[in-house]
Amino acid sequence: MTGITDLDALALLARLEARECSALEATRAYLARIGALDPALRAIVRLNPEAEKEASASDARRAGGRSGPLEGLPVAIKDNLATAGLETGCGSAILDGFVPLEDATAVARLRAAGAVILGKTNLDEFAMGSSTEHSKHGPTRNPWDPGRVSGGSSGGSAAAVAARLTPVALGSDTGGSVRQPAAFCGVVGLKPTYGRVSRYGLIAFASSLDQVGPLARRVADAASLLAAIEGPDPRDATSAPHAPGDYTAACASGVEGLRIGLPREYFDPALDPEIARALHGVAHELERQGARIEEVSLPHTRYSVPAYYVLATAEASSNLARYDGLRFGTRWPAAEGWEAVYRRTRGTGFGSEVRRRIMLGTFALSAGYHDRFYGKAQRVRALIRRDFADAFGSGTDVLLTPATPTTAFRLGEKADRPLEMYLSDLYTTTANLAGIPGLCVPAGLSRQGLPVGCQLLAAHFEECRLFRVGAAVERAFPPETPTWVAQHETGPAARGAGAE
Amino acid sequence: MAIDRAEVGRIARLACLDLDDPAIDSLARDLEAILQHVTLLDEVDAARDEAVLPDLEPAAALRQDAVRPSLSQERALQNAPEAAQGFFRIPRVLD
Repeated sequence: MTGITDLDALALLARLEARECSALEATRAYLARIGALDPALRAIVRLNPEAEKEASASDARRAGGRSGPLEGLPVAIKDNLATAGLETGCGSAILDGFVPLEDATAVARLRAAGAVILGKTNLDEFAMGSSTEHSKHGPTRNPWDPGRVSGGSSGGSAAAVAARLTPVALGSDTGGSVRQPAAFCGVVGLKPTYGRVSRYGLIAFASSLDQVGPLARRVADAASLLAAIEGPDPRDATSAPHAPGDYTAACASGVEGLRIGLPREYFDPALDPEIARALHGVAHELERQGARIEEVSLPHTRYSVPAYYVLATAEASSNLARYDGLRFGTRWPAAEGWEAVYRRTRGTGFGSEVRRRIMLGTFALSAGYHDRFYGKAQRVRALIRRDFADAFGSGTDVLLTPATPTTAFRLGEKADRPLEMYLSDLYTTTANLAGIPGLCVPAGLSRQGLPVGCQLLAAHFEECRLFRVGAAVERAFPPETPTWVAQHETGPAARGAGAE
Repeated sequence: MAIDRAEVGRIARLACLDLDDPAIDSLARDLEAILQHVTLLDEVDAARDEAVLPDLEPAAALRQDAVRPSLSQERALQNAPEAAQGFFRIPRVLD
């Protein structure tokens, strides 16, 4: 029989349902695998000490006929989502020892659906970064090549899913932070429509852009996770009262008759030619499965990164004003009085990238510069939003784009070059600025053996279309085991066979 | 757009961040390079499109203004760096 950790989430749920394994066995198999492989990858920053107890409680619910849709499924949670009673540090020294009093709504809904939390995953501090190098825990390494970054900021979640340290994970996406690491690690990652998933308990970075999303090995697994976490929440006024889709059915319904647009601005000189070729291969495959491929134009695409970095940092500078060392988090004392305590706490507690973004955002909002930077970026945001409205309004169902300009880069390659790092978000920030959903799906490997991701975009609340096309791409490019992982899967723990 | 050490100092005061000398120097360089990239936005004549934004903004949902249970004092203080006698203990603000 296939080892527990080899199973994708839906297959594991079927086995749990058939009582062929217990939630406790599944949880133990994953914990053993984390113990064997994670010391080299560092995707998980904290295990849930209650995981086995929660798994046993799940088994008891199943035995009592009270199973939820994800009953017994192990999950990992990005460490910027609040978990009641389990430290949530956001990769930042300023939140050392912070233990939330409540679960984030997305986490609470996973628990209510029966999921078992394995632990918390690494991230760039406050989700600010594209490589998971800016974390107080150190970088998370890419399971395809540990000399490379896992992407960011949900790099821990992406690497954990790719290395099969968890069947699924939650991440958050403000400018590509689910989709870009998914692409770098060769897994599926979804940024839902803004408002689809409650942000309550997601530690705020840029509130008009942040969205919680699933990472998984299979498109249908991501769909099941979305179904569990979505829906309006009285505690998030921006969560939308929108009807859920039938995501599972969408994954099986094919692409016959769908109009899929290739936006020409995404195939620019910054794009690695190998990724461009892979994308055209995907387009060809979708055409073969019955979709119609057409070229479209999104004329304001090139302004998305500068607009994003003004708006996201402006919002961050305001959101992060709450870290003053008074009511929670860490305080660095200063003899010179209260203002010095603020300055020292924030200057010491925040890492260099977070400080850089707070500074940029403060500048963009400051007197004399507000209109030129923040005001202008807001207007450009409206134009980017209108580009998408025009494309989807004229009959395009789904846009097919690269997820990233390059495959995973080397550790340290861009760490001290912030602008280069920001430009790695070239193809993902647009969806956040427009509020539309985006799905990243693996599209094969580069000649170097690194994953290539393709991104699918649809109109607001049209996640079903993304799942239709994503599942079609997946049929052509099924998930593969990362090279390094395949080489290190020795011993029963690493193979997840402990419970056989 | 030139960003010098004095400008970094001005922003750092607004942002309430203590920065050492090397940090000030590297921030001056980084902010200048990033803002140079942001000037790309100057190419866009967005003025004529200003009416676009409100049309596409989703309406915010409102909830009932109802009294609900809230955190106990003890739980509210649970993550405080310093607490005493049921209060947050903070640095002295009056001399």
